[in-house]
Amino acid sequence: MPELPRDSVGLVTPQTARFDDPLELACGKTLPAYDLVYETYGTLNAERSNAILICHALSGHHHAAGYHALDERKPGWWDAHIGPGKSIDTNRFFVVSLNNLGGCHGSTGPISENPDTGRLWGPDFPMVTVSDWVHSQARLADRLGIERFAAVIGGSLGGMQVLQWTLSYPERIANAVVIAATPKLSAQNIAFNEVARQAIRSDPEFHDGWYIEHDTAPRRGLKLARMVGHITYLSEDAMGSKFGRDLRSEDLNFGYGVEFQVESYLRYQGDTFSNSFDANTYLLMTKALDYFDPSAAHGGVLAKALAPSQCPFLVVSFTSDWRFPPSRSRELVDALVRAGKPVSYVNIDSPHGHDAFLMPEPRYQAVFAAFMSRVARELGLEEHG
Amino acid sequence: MRADLKLIHRWVPDGAHILDLACGDGTLLASLARHKGVTGYGLEIDPEGITACIAKGVNVIEQNLDEGLANFEDDTYDLVVMTQALQALRRPDRMLDEMLRVADEGIITFPNFAYWRHRVHLGIRGYMPVSKSLPHAWYDTPNIHLSTFNDFEHLCREKGLIITDRAVGIRDHEGHWTSRLWPNLFGEIAIFRVSRRRD
Repeated sequence: MPELPRDSVGLVTPQTARFDDPLELACGKTLPAYDLVYETYGTLNAERSNAILICHALSGHHHAAGYHALDERKPGWWDAHIGPGKSIDTNRFFVVSLNNLGGCHGSTGPISENPDTGRLWGPDFPMVTVSDWVHSQARLADRLGIERFAAVIGGSLGGMQVLQWTLSYPERIANAVVIAATPKLSAQNIAFNEVARQAIRSDPEFHDGWYIEHDTAPRRGLKLARMVGHITYLSEDAMGSKFGRDLRSEDLNFGYGVEFQVESYLRYQGDTFSNSFDANTYLLMTKALDYFDPSAAHGGVLAKALAPSQCPFLVVSFTSDWRFPPSRSRELVDALVRAGKPVSYVNIDSPHGHDAFLMPEPRYQAVFAAFMSRVARELGLEEHG
Repeated sequence: MRADLKLIHRWVPDGAHILDLACGDGTLLASLARHKGVTGYGLEIDPEGITACIAKGVNVIEQNLDEGLANFEDDTYDLVVMTQALQALRRPDRMLDEMLRVADEGIITFPNFAYWRHRVHLGIRGYMPVSKSLPHAWYDTPNIHLSTFNDFEHLCREKGLIITDRAVGIRDHEGHWTSRLWPNLFGEIAIFRVSRRRD
């Protein structure tokens, strides 16, 4: 039997919460009922004061830490930061990580059945926004008996959910950690998303989103979408040092097959993703990214939009991130300062681009751990376990 | 706490909203928050200092002072403090303008280059001064704009600033702050409290 690392939360089993209260969505539609699949790590204390909510990014899901099986090849997507003795220390905190609505990993989404029609939701699944997710997450917190999270934490699109938490439920969040995020997408960000959507929607196998009923999937489109996305997750330097201009064979072939290592890598990433992710979910999630802009209702003045927020923020960016570069985090930090809100900001030197938020890096870990220790100390959390 | 920080601690009014430029490990802000209900932000670029601030619960923003304070609005703070950083800035004069743009009052401390020990180093022995307040060698020092107590006073007068307090002290000795007896000669650390003339 393979052994799990000692600083792992170990074997974890996803759970499902069923909600029968209709959820009104920002788009005007209502979800009559829905499931949220989630995992938890650590133990909720008697005061229920040590809960942490993890919000996932574009293609993420509930499996943030630990292993589903002893022979699972890789642990959860944020295992570098969640576990006993890690930044989000499961000896102190009770961690909740869910798959968002519209997802394709167990929570209600396009691949779930639409109770009104008996068909799969498919492209009929309503567009969900960051606010909708936050409302559904608050209901999950209710279900788990969590009145107030010690911290809500997320990277990238997850960071946007954290920001929305401070605005929608300021009394239910004690600390906010926003990593490699932005208060709104730039035109360039939206442009990349649109290329991804067009790649999917123009795939002949897309069938206006009813591909499952046609017993097929727009795999080529989704693969292209992921390849483009993946380029924006890495830095030029990271790609350069990983692949350079290395060839798979010694000589040039003067053809269009895979020749450079970077081509092989991107195709592999695209193929893996297109076989495991739902295209309608990808479309939905990119729209949620595009729509997010809390300043829009306040004349574009973010500092005004931040008025309801009450809790301390930790904002983290990475020097080589060009998807949501440090300047976008600074935009949030400057607005928080203007609004007189408590915030700390660090810009971590990392060559790994946007993906740096997923990885371990000594300074990133030191800052993250220092913030979380302060959170634990102020809440009087004892270490157990 | 460092002697200059202790003096500043006494000068900062209760409940003030302040900026601490080059706040180090956040000692001053943490103590002011605890004892005087002071709010505000520290600016720092040293990674270890920043982590220490975060561990203390001090609001710290990673920001290079040479890039100015453009992200802070006019007249939004009661006070801006900058300890032991003036001499390392590319344009100390512009930072002084910036400090008094965002607040009415500023407190600045810096090593006095005219301190008698420094003069002995340079004037008699012929070497660039090295001391507790100037610990670096000439080739690796971050201090690119060293000045004296007199120099700084001159700059403030040129800018039409009001000097409400000034003192010099010895780095590790509290309670010896004075401005009476030849401060330019006997002070190792200079400390100025300045404000702008109200229009």
